[in-house]
Amino acid sequence: MNLLLEIGCEEIPDWMLEGASSYLANAVLELLDQEKLGASLVRKDVTPRRLVIRAEGLWTGQADSVDLVWGPPKSAQPAAIAGFAKKQGVSPDQLQIQFDGKVDKYSLYRKTPGRAALDILAESLPQLILKTPFPKTMYWPGKGGARFIRPIRWIVALLGDDVIPFEIAGVQSGRESSGHRKLGANRFPVTFENFEQKLRENFVILSAEKRRERIRAVPTKYRCDKPLLETLVNLTEWPTPITGIFDPEFLDLPKEVLITVMRYHQKYFSVDAPDGNLANQFVAVTNTDGDPEGLIRHGNERVLRARFNDARFFWNADQKKKLADRVQDLANVTFQAKLGTYLDKTGRMVALVAELGGDSNAQRAALLSKADLTTELVKELTELQGIIGGLYARAQGEPEEVAVAIYDHYRPASMEDPIPSTRAGQLLSIADKLDTLQGCFQVGLIPSGSKDPFALRRAAQGIVRILVEANLRINVRQAGLFKEPPVVSEFFLDRVRYYFREIKGFAYDEVNAVLASGWDDLVDVEERLTALREVRPTEDFEPVAAGFKRIKNILRQAGIEGKPGPIDAALLEPGPETTLYDSVIDAKARLAALPYRGKLEAVAAMRPAIDLFFDKVMVNVPDAAVRHNRLTLLHTMLAEFSTIADFSEIVTSSTSSQENK
Amino acid sequence: MPDLKIPTFQENVFRLKKYWSDRGCIVQEPYDVEVGAGTSCPETFLRALGPAPYRTAYVQPSRRPADGRYGDNPNRLYKHMQLQVILKPTPADVIEQYMGSLEAIGIDLRKHDLKLEEDNWENPSLGAWGVGWQVMLDGLEITQFTYFQQCGGIDLDLVPAEITYGLERLTAFLQGVDSVYDIEWTPGVKYRDVRYKDELQYSVYNFELAHVPTLWKLFEIHEAEARRLLDLYKDSEEKSRFPLLPTYDHVLKCSNLFNTLDARGAISVTERVGVIGRIRRLAVAVAESWIEQSGAAQ
Repeated sequence: MNLLLEIGCEEIPDWMLEGASSYLANAVLELLDQEKLGASLVRKDVTPRRLVIRAEGLWTGQADSVDLVWGPPKSAQPAAIAGFAKKQGVSPDQLQIQFDGKVDKYSLYRKTPGRAALDILAESLPQLILKTPFPKTMYWPGKGGARFIRPIRWIVALLGDDVIPFEIAGVQSGRESSGHRKLGANRFPVTFENFEQKLRENFVILSAEKRRERIRAVPTKYRCDKPLLETLVNLTEWPTPITGIFDPEFLDLPKEVLITVMRYHQKYFSVDAPDGNLANQFVAVTNTDGDPEGLIRHGNERVLRARFNDARFFWNADQKKKLADRVQDLANVTFQAKLGTYLDKTGRMVALVAELGGDSNAQRAALLSKADLTTELVKELTELQGIIGGLYARAQGEPEEVAVAIYDHYRPASMEDPIPSTRAGQLLSIADKLDTLQGCFQVGLIPSGSKDPFALRRAAQGIVRILVEANLRINVRQAGLFKEPPVVSEFFLDRVRYYFREIKGFAYDEVNAVLASGWDDLVDVEERLTALREVRPTEDFEPVAAGFKRIKNILRQAGIEGKPGPIDAALLEPGPETTLYDSVIDAKARLAALPYRGKLEAVAAMRPAIDLFFDKVMVNVPDAAVRHNRLTLLHTMLAEFSTIADFSEIVTSSTSSQENK
Repeated sequence: MPDLKIPTFQENVFRLKKYWSDRGCIVQEPYDVEVGAGTSCPETFLRALGPAPYRTAYVQPSRRPADGRYGDNPNRLYKHMQLQVILKPTPADVIEQYMGSLEAIGIDLRKHDLKLEEDNWENPSLGAWGVGWQVMLDGLEITQFTYFQQCGGIDLDLVPAEITYGLERLTAFLQGVDSVYDIEWTPGVKYRDVRYKDELQYSVYNFELAHVPTLWKLFEIHEAEARRLLDLYKDSEEKSRFPLLPTYDHVLKCSNLFNTLDARGAISVTERVGVIGRIRRLAVAVAESWIEQSGAAQ
């Protein structure tokens, strides 16, 4: 049997559709599984007005089940036997005597008939549907009523040809769906088999992929923008793209402004001209079956014209007061209630940039960086903070380096976004993010779980990326920037780990090994990681790493910590011990001059000496002086050769066998 | 079939009022205390509270001092006109009814692109919020549609749908003009002829001449009077005849003075949150008293 469930709603916010339908598909699958109702396939589809789940291959009901119920022993009084039979609803002669492993007992095979799928679904679906997680829900009949993302207006619930009967907030499930708001019928019957076809006849394309195809089919070559495409796919039931134009005079405005107005305020795709500049065209996606009279195109063009006029008005008005003269106005813009205004933040950022080694241009950029928050254009197009500041700085004759640094300083906004292109911009971006990070932690605004309202993870991640990708050898910890509290340092280290593992693809044990040997300089961390990754596959490396792990265990068991003392060469036993000693001294002498890879190779080359030592020499000898000297030798090795990485963190296939020896 | 001739501004208002009147709305005239939005009027803010059903429609001139542009900007106004519709409880076909109202003013929705895009609403100084959409017609926001959830910090017994039409935008769209000042108000009279002076003079006042100490003084006077009345209400023996509506007027006065002071740049960051909190406390107290009073009257 087939299951069709359609929850018909008023327009659900586009960005919530995917999460809701994934939950529903999983929840339905789980229910069918738990109730043993079969189902080979569960499909999910969404449009702005419906969440649809389809499943095939359900049983009509559960199979009957049989349980063995034990009663009193064979020797029991007749009254007890009769009581047991009565409780089970049978007569005593229907009981059987069976051996339970110890004694003979009265018993009964009790049959429980399986429940019909229809009943189970009717009972479970309302709760399952209302449990759909949404970021913000509403009630619509009134206080205490059902909560969902938007009012539910119809429900199709079919098992085979039967309606699964239930009710949610006064809406009774049935077999009638609803079409496109204007082009389709308000109500029409559907079946599992004809559902998609019926919707199509009523101007609803159920498949997101097919809606996507319709949008992509527009002949105008628009600028690819996946998130916008997804938004439009989920805002329409019958998408039809149209191409409009705007007055080329507007192309005098910065393209960032034009694109942002089109992208964020109008949800239009922008279009590139053949020469790579912006064309005076846009693509809008309508929820209609066409625009034969050009009315929709005309309307959209007019809206865009008004928007561009506004932007031009603001651009010109903002120029009347230079950024430099706006800095003081930041005293009226809150950064965060407990952390003061943007003027306060600006002061801190200028000092930070100086501390990080920024020159006068970088410091100037820091001073002006937030001033654009007082401009009309940024109030209108908040997405363009920083960018507008950079454009204004340039227009107002600030040095190019200052303008570019301001323009870039919110970067990187995501993992894909490039880091700032200039040194001044990089330092400014780091200073901005460090200040936010430190400030928020100081006043207790610490991210937890999925809650990170100040995007502190992104800020920390941005700092890591800039340091590594711009080759900045800055010790952010030492610069006194992570003074308080220590959790900032932990939080930051988490982002460092994430970056090298997930983005740079280093193995987790390599990252642990390298970070355990220090992470003051992230460029250095990457160099050590790269060397480690190169040397790791060589034959001798992992056995040596296992040897180090063993050394660490021995030292721990002996309670040895701190810096190693001097080795007394006279106490060394000729043979494997002196061989190891010599190779340690030799490697130590050569190591300083070698690059990381050479160092690691030199350490790996000690394998025969180490193997021989462990094979032939007993560390824990009764003579205390000799024992101590041996431990010192091992301790020296560990200290000398762990500056690149703590090899004991490396997970080796031979680790366990060596350990057990 | 509606008359498809392009309607004037006032014709549009007539048709929308008629449309909602036919659907059981009490058609009210604008409230006579200055407000930033039709939502603030007692017809919405107080009527939304409690279990009594209510339907109303009214045009409300809405004053937003910071949006004034001296009459220079074709789309931005210090004072614009909202048509406010409240349907409490919300009928199941509310969106179909709303779409019908657009057809009633001559918009053939088969030829236009209508989208409902998520837009939630919140007014912190009234302790009110709701969820809903901005309604986009061919890329133009023409209506704010909100399902109220709370007013004065109180969960609503019956959820009202609030439909707020931006009358200038809607009419400019219908008449195909780029500037609101070119809207034909009635044959031979443009929006400019009627409203330009308001825009210019209030912009000058709000941005340049409003006397900040006086506005603060007024704010405190209205606040004190609202406070005094609320305290009296608490101890009142005759709650059912207590003047909560006049009390609320003083809260509205505070709200408008706050907006004017804000436009004047006279409210510092540190003060801002505090002042909003002062207004909210008054609004919440009025709302709570109103519920109690209405309950007692039943």
